[in-house]
Amino acid sequence: MNAAPRSGAAVHDAVRFEYVLRLADTSLILGQRLGEWVGHAPALEEDLGFGNLALDFIGQARLLLSYAGEIEGRGRTEDDLAFLRDGADFRNLTLVEQPNGDFGHTIVRQYFVDLYQTLLFDALSLCSDARLAAIAAKALKESQYHLRFSSNWLVRLGDGTAESHRRVQDAADRLMRFTPEIFDGDALEQSARTAGFAPDGAALQSGWESGVAATFREATLEVPKAQRGAPAGKRGDHSEHLGYILAEMQFMQRAYPGAAW
Amino acid sequence: MVGQTLEAATWAVLSAIPDPEIPVISLVDLGVIRHVRTAGNSVEIGVSPTYSGCPATEVIRKDIKAALLGAGINAFTLVDVLSPAWTSDWITERGAEALRHYGIAPPVRGGVNAGGADARAVCPRCASADTERISEFGSTPCKSLHRCKTCREPFEQFKCI
Repeated sequence: MNAAPRSGAAVHDAVRFEYVLRLADTSLILGQRLGEWVGHAPALEEDLGFGNLALDFIGQARLLLSYAGEIEGRGRTEDDLAFLRDGADFRNLTLVEQPNGDFGHTIVRQYFVDLYQTLLFDALSLCSDARLAAIAAKALKESQYHLRFSSNWLVRLGDGTAESHRRVQDAADRLMRFTPEIFDGDALEQSARTAGFAPDGAALQSGWESGVAATFREATLEVPKAQRGAPAGKRGDHSEHLGYILAEMQFMQRAYPGAAW
Repeated sequence: MVGQTLEAATWAVLSAIPDPEIPVISLVDLGVIRHVRTAGNSVEIGVSPTYSGCPATEVIRKDIKAALLGAGINAFTLVDVLSPAWTSDWITERGAEALRHYGIAPPVRGGVNAGGADARAVCPRCASADTERISEFGSTPCKSLHRCKTCREPFEQFKCI
């Protein structure tokens, strides 16, 4: 750590780096999780669906990690950031590192993230950071069809059989406690907002809650109450699941540093 | 390159490079070449990715480099252009026709909203508009899966984004 007082610009860049890293890691870890479905989904179309979603998220993560590396200015590439950081240095939302569970559980998690990302990227596409705005505008187009996919499935399962209804309701009940973290607008996000490149968390939250209410109504599901007390992955405080994800994702670069093909 | 400018020569080379995943359409007809600018003997080419997760993006860069070198254009730089984001509306009419002929329904014009829940793809085989979407996702990230209710054939459509 550098103990010398840092200039305003350096502090500003540190905030920007951390903020972009949060967005990048959320996409990266979700992409890695979705990749676990390949070859295991209940139908071929859904297998392709999860594989394609995973590609979009990893693509977004690449654009964001490259940008984060440039902001940091220490020469770290997207690969360095993805494969050579330890768990406590990851800044993803705790929600996306939760295990896939059954198909319905993955759909609920996906729906929560997709709805959040459509609102987030829509706001970010207008932010003062031109590079971030460009990445967000691109990602938004994808989030919109991701949301169509996950919300259609949520309605189909919720308003489906007694068994499918029970499973997605149960998943929603278990996953809801990871959602307050998304909108808590902590000190870093406040600084990022003041600097003009992060949206207002409270505004996103009200849009997200009304979206959830409408889709859950259509899906004949009950919106669970969001309890507090879950870890905050975006501040490096993760659930036990992240370590297992990294062990698999980073294995090659850890075991064979610099391996390329 | 006698008789043509460097810019025209570059466009000609790029027009002959096929998309790596859908080789019936060229990179120029796909709308991913954003600009060709010359300064003296060197040329700068702006390229946009189609979908964030498209695995072909890197192959496209490699193909462009190889084609330019093969044509004797040695002084060039490739730059990423993210903004404005690529839209399927930039696929040329010729490109759309090539896709249809190949069996892929071209994207509906009008960007991402054109792919909404009510959008109907037109069957590339029998031209019927009586079709249904089976899945948002097809064999590559850029396509969705559909079925024609008239001729009963399944087909893919280029996603509208």
